[in-house]
Amino acid sequence: MESIIADKKTFKYAYFPGCSLKSTSKEYDISAREVASSLGVILKEIPDWTCCGATPAHLTMHILSIGLPVKILLQVKEMGISEVVTCCAACFSRLKFANDIMSKDQLHREMVSRVLSKKYEGEVSVRHFLDVLVNEYGIESISKKIVKPLKGLKVACYYGCLLVRPPEVTKFDDSEDPHFMDDLINVTGAEAISWPYKTECCGASHSLSNTEIVLRLSNDILRFAKESGADVVAVACPMCQSNLDLRQGEIEKRYETKINLPVLYFTQLLGLALGAESKNLGLNMHLVNPFKILQEKGLL
Amino acid sequence: MKWFIDSNTLKSGFIKEVEKSSSQKIAHCYQCGKCSAGCPIAYEMEYTPNQIMRMIQLGMKDVVLASNTIWLCVSCITCTARCPREIDVAEVMDVLRRFAYRSGVYPIKGRNVPLFNKVFLRNIEKYGRLFEMSLIGTFNMLSGTPFKDTSLAPKMFLRHKINLLPEKVKGIKEIRGIFKKAGKVSRAKRQSLITIGELIHNYLKR
Amino acid sequence: MARTGVFVCWCGTNISATVDVEKVAEAAKNFQGVRFSTTYRYMCSDPGQNIIKQAIKEYRLDRIVVAACSPSLHEKTFRKCIEESGLNPYMLEIANIREQCSWVHKNREEATDKALQIIRLASAKVLRDFPLEKKFISVEKKALVIGGGISGIQAALDIAVAGYNVVIVEREPSIGGRMARFDKTFPTLDCAACILTPKMVAVSQNGKVVLHTYSEVESVQGYVGNFDVKIRKKARSVDLKKCTGCGQCYAKCPVKVPSEFDMGLGMRKAIYVQFPQAVPNVPVIDRENCRYFTQAGKCGVCRKICPFQAVDYDQQDEIIEEKFGMIIVATGFTQFDHSVYGEYGYGKFKNVITGLHFERMVNSSGPTGGKIICPSDGRDAKDVVFISCIGSRDEQKGMPYCSRLCCMYTAKHALLLKEHNPESQAYVFYIDIRAAGKNYEEFVKKVQDEYGAIYLRGRVSRIFEKGNKLIVRGADTLSGSQIEIEADLVVLATGLIAQADAPKVAQMLRIPYDKNNLFTEAHPKLAPVETITSGIFLTGACQSPKDIPDTVATASAASVKALGLLTQEKLVREPQIARVDAVLCSGCKLCVQACPFKAIEAEEIEDRARKQKRIVAKVLEGVCTGCGVCTACCRMSAIDLDNFANRQLMAEIEVV
Repeated sequence: MESIIADKKTFKYAYFPGCSLKSTSKEYDISAREVASSLGVILKEIPDWTCCGATPAHLTMHILSIGLPVKILLQVKEMGISEVVTCCAACFSRLKFANDIMSKDQLHREMVSRVLSKKYEGEVSVRHFLDVLVNEYGIESISKKIVKPLKGLKVACYYGCLLVRPPEVTKFDDSEDPHFMDDLINVTGAEAISWPYKTECCGASHSLSNTEIVLRLSNDILRFAKESGADVVAVACPMCQSNLDLRQGEIEKRYETKINLPVLYFTQLLGLALGAESKNLGLNMHLVNPFKILQEKGLL
Repeated sequence: MKWFIDSNTLKSGFIKEVEKSSSQKIAHCYQCGKCSAGCPIAYEMEYTPNQIMRMIQLGMKDVVLASNTIWLCVSCITCTARCPREIDVAEVMDVLRRFAYRSGVYPIKGRNVPLFNKVFLRNIEKYGRLFEMSLIGTFNMLSGTPFKDTSLAPKMFLRHKINLLPEKVKGIKEIRGIFKKAGKVSRAKRQSLITIGELIHNYLKR
Repeated sequence: MARTGVFVCWCGTNISATVDVEKVAEAAKNFQGVRFSTTYRYMCSDPGQNIIKQAIKEYRLDRIVVAACSPSLHEKTFRKCIEESGLNPYMLEIANIREQCSWVHKNREEATDKALQIIRLASAKVLRDFPLEKKFISVEKKALVIGGGISGIQAALDIAVAGYNVVIVEREPSIGGRMARFDKTFPTLDCAACILTPKMVAVSQNGKVVLHTYSEVESVQGYVGNFDVKIRKKARSVDLKKCTGCGQCYAKCPVKVPSEFDMGLGMRKAIYVQFPQAVPNVPVIDRENCRYFTQAGKCGVCRKICPFQAVDYDQQDEIIEEKFGMIIVATGFTQFDHSVYGEYGYGKFKNVITGLHFERMVNSSGPTGGKIICPSDGRDAKDVVFISCIGSRDEQKGMPYCSRLCCMYTAKHALLLKEHNPESQAYVFYIDIRAAGKNYEEFVKKVQDEYGAIYLRGRVSRIFEKGNKLIVRGADTLSGSQIEIEADLVVLATGLIAQADAPKVAQMLRIPYDKNNLFTEAHPKLAPVETITSGIFLTGACQSPKDIPDTVATASAASVKALGLLTQEKLVREPQIARVDAVLCSGCKLCVQACPFKAIEAEEIEDRARKQKRIVAKVLEGVCTGCGVCTACCRMSAIDLDNFANRQLMAEIEVV
């Protein structure tokens, strides 16, 4: 039976992939699109989009850190779509922050209009893909489309920083004990375990500049996930994924420990449960091989 | 005793400058330390976040801007979320970084972050979207570790995670225009982010 | 013909430095009705007052204008002065040429001009003054104390010992309040029950005190000296007169529910007495959990077993109405609810408890028999972290104020922990130590020195569970370190906040309360136990967080205020109040609604002229404060203020 709720609304959004989703985190983009098409959500990629500036912009120049996202939001406005969805947590944070400040503050509107030579007042709204799935499309509707429940898989949902903080900007989930990703993972049939490091920082943009910090913080996260009984870690941010996955080998060497914990995007797990093929989810693009555990649990 | 502070420092007006740029009431901080307690990077910082707030209150501009704390901060925003006096500590850190850029002050230890920011932004300005190969290569070169992460490179290539060529963006002129105008509006001296002298210094330090 | 005297004060140099007082006094002689005008250095002094009295006699003055400081300072002085000369004390107007003129202007010419204007207005107004007589109201010789904690008990005792009747209304089944839950009190380490119970017994046995426990005040009407109060005595389901407190009923009761008195750490029965020393020592049935009530007549064991047939399932709530002369509010406080802090577990971690939980645990007659254990698995608590300022000094999620006692009770807890578990270690996270009372600082130092408590200066950012332990991440700002402790138990020093129904109580009593729902005193420095509503006094923590010594002090202070009313036969009320002209009044009752003090009633009168009965407004002279809201909203101008009448204000405006 088709979900009645989903049919009541056309889920059409502008889609901003962001730089990482087109290179080191391609699998996030691939799996997100796969999930979207399974559910009938339309993600229209913004033509000729540019970088949002991420962390380096707001560390360097305030007006640049607002100007770059606003340029993207203006592009969305030109597309005639009122909501833009992004998968990258940093892009989400920057776009939301810029959007909020442009809707409220007259001074910023003036300054930005000088830089962009265009006017913007917060006409577009910014959503994260997880938010859209859980709150717009709805857990109920998704549960009706699950064809391959991921039974027996224990997942540690890792939210990271920018998805939930600051709560006044993201207005998304509880900032100390979030549960949206857990709800989504539970509906796929897997078990979202309870663990204390859901929102502890992974080291973020220090990946290149101060790698030692990333190794230490990510090690703590992986260790806690493993001690809490996780088979895999689910993430919603390309930076977190790359720190926990790409650097896992280095972490094992540095701390003389064995971890071997695959780090997957929640869209990949959701995609599997919705019946997508593993080659359409980019599961072969991870450094820590997820196939072994997925096959052991009979999910592939 | 670590420093000797006289009334000129205390009356210097640094706190007013920071309060104005950040719109935060820094005088409200009663040094409870909750920010430092929850900061994931505090273990590596010269001064913990609450100490930085205290030094702003005391007018110690030079020490604050030259500390590596403000560059090691990753903007994880845990401090802001938990501050009982509702001070946006992460925003204050951002403001201090921008002040540091404008005055050209960088810490002895911890120049990597300002360097990374500059390389990243130059990359965006040039290509419109991040060209990761160039980012990693340029940064590692300039920071004096040209062969770092090279073991990762083949694995990334095999998984099609690295693009050999940058993507083409048609609106690149608009991006460059934004950078130029933004530079004017914020009066940031982006050119002075790193000098040849410092480059050599980095190499020698390795 | 009016004969006005104008007296302009120099007030030393306060007025004369900016206003040319001589010029003003001279010019005032030309105002309508003025027969005499002079100045003096200090009009409020004895010689100054004598000048007024002399002038009244010599010039046969019948109304006076004093141009001086604010009426709030010396109006009463001058009223008394002219009364002594045989004039009606209300034939007086004060022209404020200090606070409203000389103190706020610098230009001498302009200030002098303005002072003259002010006096001109006052002279115009005084022409239309007429003699008023003071009002007297009777006082009911009975006091009401709302709340039976230590503050209510002390206040009631003081009033009873002075020989007056007092009624205590307490919501819980027993008096004793929060103090009954404590173990030992700082700094003497006296056992709370040991020092409280004698007072509880004294108040229950004193012939002048009537105790209504398990009761609440439903409504309060009336005014000072004459409060009409409705009290709801909730149905205990046990007859107070027959029960002897033998305890057989609760011994046999089959139902067990978590005990509120024990903060959920222990159980109680459906028919229960809160604690062994309860006063009255009569149980109450919790009808929401008793099988007789929830399962239509099942069980009934307690009734069968009671040797005195005291159990009465058919008992109903009873409403009694009584009159009181004054009310003392002693409703106390409750604990801040720490479940708003996600970083401390949203109240879900079993081993993260509050100060009151710890009190119950460490109490030897408490649910754990005095053993300090981890509620999750019952093991002994060895490493215990105490965190101060939970919900206090926190604009983000709690109250902005300091709760005053948490530093002290935390130190006490650290001491008791060591006494009960010699192997234990206390870690106290604090921001400041507030130990301002007598012997308090010495107490805290003793805890740090002799009981080995480790004090760390900083807040805690996060607590999470790891196995059966709690990881506490805090800071020590003095050394610039991050601190991580693996604890068995975490005790949060939750702050004191107003009761949840405090706004409702305040509105029922018509007393003001602040943004933190604490009842507002009449003056924070000089009148801490009074409210601006006559006849209603405050004591204890419902006004602001306070420890036991301060609570007892305010209780005695409030009782003295009550006695001040009780010892008088009649109370004097100022006569500058509203007056209704029944001829003009249309009976629309807008003023009845508008009056913030409920001082106007609707009454039916016989209108002989129109040969009908109709409704008009009637002012309750005892309650009316003369605020004037009614005069502003009356469409017929039927209600007016005596000596602040519309005609007088118009007269002032006309001479401007």
